[in-house]
Amino acid sequence: MSTSVADRRSKGLIWFTTSFVVLWIFIAAGPFLWTLWGSFKVQPDFFSKTDWRNALYGVMTTVQTGSAFTGDGYYGAWVEQEFWRNTINTGIVVFFTVVISLTLGTLGGYALARSGFRYAFWLLMAGLVFRAMPHITLVSGYLLPFFEWNVWGKLSTTIIVLVAINQPFTLWMLHSFFLNIPKDMDESAMVDGCTRFQAFRYVIIPVMWPGVITTGLFSFLLAYNDFAVTAVLLSSENQTMVPRINSFLGTVRETGDVMFAVAAVVSAMIPLFFLVLFFQRQIVSGLTAGAVKG
Amino acid sequence: MKHRTFFWFILPSLAAMFFFIALPIVSVAVQSLFVEHEQIMTEVENCGPFKCETVLQVDNEATAALREEAPLGRFNGLGTYTNRKHLAFEQVGVAWNETETFGEFMSELINLPFYKALFFTLTYTAVVTPFVIFLGLGVALAVNTLPRAIKGPTIFVSLLPMIVTPLIGALILFWMVDADGIIGATLQKIFNDPNLSLKASTPLTWMMLIVYGIWSSTPFSFIVFYAGLQTVPKETLEAAKIDGASRWQSIRYVVVPYMMPLVVFITLMQLMDNFRVFEPIISFSASAKATSLSWIIFNDLRGGDIQLFGSAGATSILTILGVAILLTPVLIRTWRDFNQKRA
Repeated sequence: MSTSVADRRSKGLIWFTTSFVVLWIFIAAGPFLWTLWGSFKVQPDFFSKTDWRNALYGVMTTVQTGSAFTGDGYYGAWVEQEFWRNTINTGIVVFFTVVISLTLGTLGGYALARSGFRYAFWLLMAGLVFRAMPHITLVSGYLLPFFEWNVWGKLSTTIIVLVAINQPFTLWMLHSFFLNIPKDMDESAMVDGCTRFQAFRYVIIPVMWPGVITTGLFSFLLAYNDFAVTAVLLSSENQTMVPRINSFLGTVRETGDVMFAVAAVVSAMIPLFFLVLFFQRQIVSGLTAGAVKG
Repeated sequence: MKHRTFFWFILPSLAAMFFFIALPIVSVAVQSLFVEHEQIMTEVENCGPFKCETVLQVDNEATAALREEAPLGRFNGLGTYTNRKHLAFEQVGVAWNETETFGEFMSELINLPFYKALFFTLTYTAVVTPFVIFLGLGVALAVNTLPRAIKGPTIFVSLLPMIVTPLIGALILFWMVDADGIIGATLQKIFNDPNLSLKASTPLTWMMLIVYGIWSSTPFSFIVFYAGLQTVPKETLEAAKIDGASRWQSIRYVVVPYMMPLVVFITLMQLMDNFRVFEPIISFSASAKATSLSWIIFNDLRGGDIQLFGSAGATSILTILGVAILLTPVLIRTWRDFNQKRA
């Protein structure tokens, strides 16, 4: 905004907006920092009945372990409870979901963007309705057939299901990105004698990466953050991180090691921090592209 | 694009959606018409040293064989939809006839599981959505006045509550408000009540869930409004200033009207998202006080020893109908836009 507007802003207003932003930052980031810090303490500190400041200084942690910081929670989660297996599972599921959804999505999204026929519109509408449906409603439809065919509990089944659930969203997003690529580009290639697929391969693919990366980020988030599908469709040895954290809560509460769950939660959070850190611009542009958000 | 080329381009994606979205809906609908087999009982003669008596016993083998043979269960028609766990026509009728005032009727209704979940889902949606819009607009206006250098980091921090896995985000808040957590313990000190627990009271549990909802959705509306603010034409703002509009007036009469289409967009996204509220209920272990339609389905599938496919199917179909009703205005609008574009 122009400086004249800024000049006019009174001291009180500056004070008010600044404190509002500071308060918001505190609300948005505070819980994460608190949990990150607390994950290196012992349970009597992080869940301190006597004084909340114990969690800051680690009073009980020093008493129990001899130092103000401890990696016991992480050791318990990663080594004793074998959380690394779930991390690998999440890696596999997320990687294949993103790659397959983007491959199918670019082809379909391109076709939808270039076809003006009425059925293209109806497909997009169906996609919109599919996207709004809670995933758990679909999950109840998978279970019985999957049991019958003996494919329940496998990572590959879950990947296919996540790809399918991801498709409506991927199609919508890539469709709007392809609409922004001028039609003339691929059409002039076709005038020069390319087939439609060649035009797509040599003209569109080189320029589509910004859109694909943004869509890929949101596919990643959908697969990584999913709980409903993975919790119901994966057997316990194939669980990914999020359903595993949930099952921690049941078992760990009994044995009194909540800190395992806290450490696991922080571990699962860290990749997302880096994702936002590196791809902030793409995430913001994706969110504002309209009709977007998993 | 030719029909033929279009078909080959869209085929893989269409096949995935057909087999894993469209067919499951059919499968859910079929399941909802069936109900689990009853256990087969057989009369067995139990002879002790003194006398013989006949007792009824579950015939495990026959039951298992029956389940094997017809895994769907037995046909129940629309019975599952109307039973006590779902639409509960009978109970609603009784409640309607026996209660005097509308308030009494409502309190009877809320005791039925389906209506209880529906009531929470609607309350959650109705409270979270306006808060998210106002708070998001407020944050966007405030962040917009910041110097450029701090804008980036502020946006980074603001995105976190939305990006983080819902189950994890809710757990983090839950650990803070739990009886021994930082906020829970502080509240106990303030009110001098060592037994104060947010989990134990229904209104407080609802409030906690709603606070989580606002916390996790505000970033989305903030980002959309913030992007919208960049498109408000400077000339209009200047003109308003020259005409003597105060800061507040130029926000009220220039900026807010520009934001109206965004408000509609955010409201629709929020309605869809909040209607499927699910993970926070798991994280807060709040199911005794607050349930949602999604949670009921999950509970039917994972809660007990036997998976209640029929019951889960019926709730799923009802949820899908709810979503369809919510979406009708959007569909009509998009249809109009599409026709305008073609014309």
